[in-house]
Amino acid sequence: MATSPTEIPRWVDYLLVPLVNLIVALLLTGLVVIAVGADPWEALKALVQGAVVYPGSVGSTLYYATNFIFAGLAVAVAFHAGLFNIGGEGQAYIGGLGVALVCLAFDDWTPWLVVPMALIAAALFGAAWAYIPAYLQAKRGSHIVITTIMFNFIASALMIYLLVDVLIQPGQQAPRSRDFAPEVWLPTAQEIAGWFGISIARSPFNLASLLALLCCGFVWIFIWHTRWGYEIRTVGHSERAACYAGISPSRAIIMAMLVSGALAGFVGFNDILGVHHYLLQGFTGGVGFVGIAVALMGRNHPLGVILASLLFGALYQGGSELTFDIPQITREMVVVIQGLVILFCGALENMFKPHIVALFRRRQVEAPA
Amino acid sequence: MNDFFVMMLPLLDSTLRVAVPLVLAALAGLFAERSGVVDIGLEGKMLGAAFAAATVAALTFSPLAGLLAGIFVAIALALLHGLASITYNGNQVVSGMALNILVAGLAPVLGNAWFGMGGQTPLLTSGGRFTPIMLPGAEALRGVPVLGPIYAEIISGHNILVYATVIIVPLTAWVIYRTRFGLRLRAAGENPHALDTAGVSVVWMRYRAMIICGALCGIAGAYLSIAQNAQFVRDMTAGRGYLALAALVFGKWRPLTALYACLLFAFADAVQIRLQGASIPGIGEIPVQFIQALPYILTVLLLAGFVGRAIAPKASGIPFVKDR
Repeated sequence: MATSPTEIPRWVDYLLVPLVNLIVALLLTGLVVIAVGADPWEALKALVQGAVVYPGSVGSTLYYATNFIFAGLAVAVAFHAGLFNIGGEGQAYIGGLGVALVCLAFDDWTPWLVVPMALIAAALFGAAWAYIPAYLQAKRGSHIVITTIMFNFIASALMIYLLVDVLIQPGQQAPRSRDFAPEVWLPTAQEIAGWFGISIARSPFNLASLLALLCCGFVWIFIWHTRWGYEIRTVGHSERAACYAGISPSRAIIMAMLVSGALAGFVGFNDILGVHHYLLQGFTGGVGFVGIAVALMGRNHPLGVILASLLFGALYQGGSELTFDIPQITREMVVVIQGLVILFCGALENMFKPHIVALFRRRQVEAPA
Repeated sequence: MNDFFVMMLPLLDSTLRVAVPLVLAALAGLFAERSGVVDIGLEGKMLGAAFAAATVAALTFSPLAGLLAGIFVAIALALLHGLASITYNGNQVVSGMALNILVAGLAPVLGNAWFGMGGQTPLLTSGGRFTPIMLPGAEALRGVPVLGPIYAEIISGHNILVYATVIIVPLTAWVIYRTRFGLRLRAAGENPHALDTAGVSVVWMRYRAMIICGALCGIAGAYLSIAQNAQFVRDMTAGRGYLALAALVFGKWRPLTALYACLLFAFADAVQIRLQGASIPGIGEIPVQFIQALPYILTVLLLAGFVGRAIAPKASGIPFVKDR
């Protein structure tokens, strides 16, 4: 992070720079679209239509965005401690397992009890799956990037085993659990609007999105307004300095990863209790990796994470509609955009930023004179 | 004893086959990290190379052209990683991950657009891939006790890339430890400022390391898609790049120890394939998913427990900023 002698406006750092990086990433995606023989302008139109115009598409966009907020916050919290949590995928998967176990065991109880229990289970299971890599990083020095990736693979193997051999619905071929009782399902936006006599289109958008916003507030307070957050940020800046200040780096690392894992676990809450209402294989579908792009684009700040999540939500929803209109473009196109966004907002952040900053500094020097 | 011997032969044979891409990727990572660039993007480079190799081999029916295409793509990706981490002093782990995700998306998109097979490439006929080479006398010597079957089953009958790998390992050790280039490479990773003071460009040193890293990943990727298999399927690297990285850490950033670590992982993988469906006395049949997860669990355990003090190259992961 370069410190500038003359202040540049904050919106330049937080809005303009990510925007320029995003535009470059999208332009390159346009080239890929041309390479597969489609018209990028048509593709963009179909994407926007699929994301916000069709009935129910806004709801779907918001549902995806909810997942990405959880995953993005998870990556962001870990980033503040200087850790790169690539395991959001596995933590979300296991979080979903927690939700499913609670619901399968207790779904004949009142939802007022089961839903909070499922919520806690999502957080606990996600945090537990993050705890082991965190502990190994903090105490044994094994690289958290490698261990969290390994835990993604292990989570996937574990879930396939559980779904095929243990939780499978009796008499069914597909590896999925039985449906939960409808009483414990999270109300969808359509139902909530219905209570107030408003009718909106059906979509997977549900109450978990409120939780996502609460989590944003929580992360903001936790990272910037508690001593734990202070410890985490200090360790993220310099472990040595933290040691001299009497902060235990291993404690901060484990704390950050527990919060990170719990946040990732909430993806399971949104997906399993809010949308599918049964446990299924591979419901996470790469959400942990979108989280990386979202966190980097959102500059690890909850507000930025919300904005980036909305964008990626639109890309995911629009992208799935795009395939119907333009068959050359498959769903993986969104993964390409994701990779490019991570590349430009994360790895190549020093490519355009100095030029933009220099531009503003020159103007500032000229203006007062 | 004889039964054991007969059982071990195919096991060691498949260990060797599985080990090749791991070893090549680990050596690629070794060049990168010894020069001071952390490369988590081995996975993506291999995947990109596998796709390029399978695509070109399918179009030209020439495995050599496929191999070159794979190497070319992997080097291009390595240079992109170099641009981010060497020229623009970016976060190297983020850059590597970005490339992994980019390739994981790009390969199926392009594959689907070009071949319309759901992201796969067409199945190669024998002309398009590297085929096993029977070493001279393999059949004639098979009758010789012990050594005969070892020669015929394990040493003979691999494709050219396997034998190339066997040469690349000692070659890497020689380059790293016995040449001026190797000395400077290690200096770039341990103390870049000293190297800079001696009048050697750290940036150019690291770029050259990235080119070698890319070339090795390219061979590894091509091996996967046009030697071991006969087509590209999505995500066919299946975490091998990360396993190779773990092997590199476990092997303490040395070529020979990294080789042993790779052989260990490959052996676990070979055993894993044999164990599926087999029942173990006293325990019964182990669920296949647990056996499949074995290499990953092994990685975590090894990194957690047995590495001891793994000391990475000192400047690895730290951007080099020239003193003014």
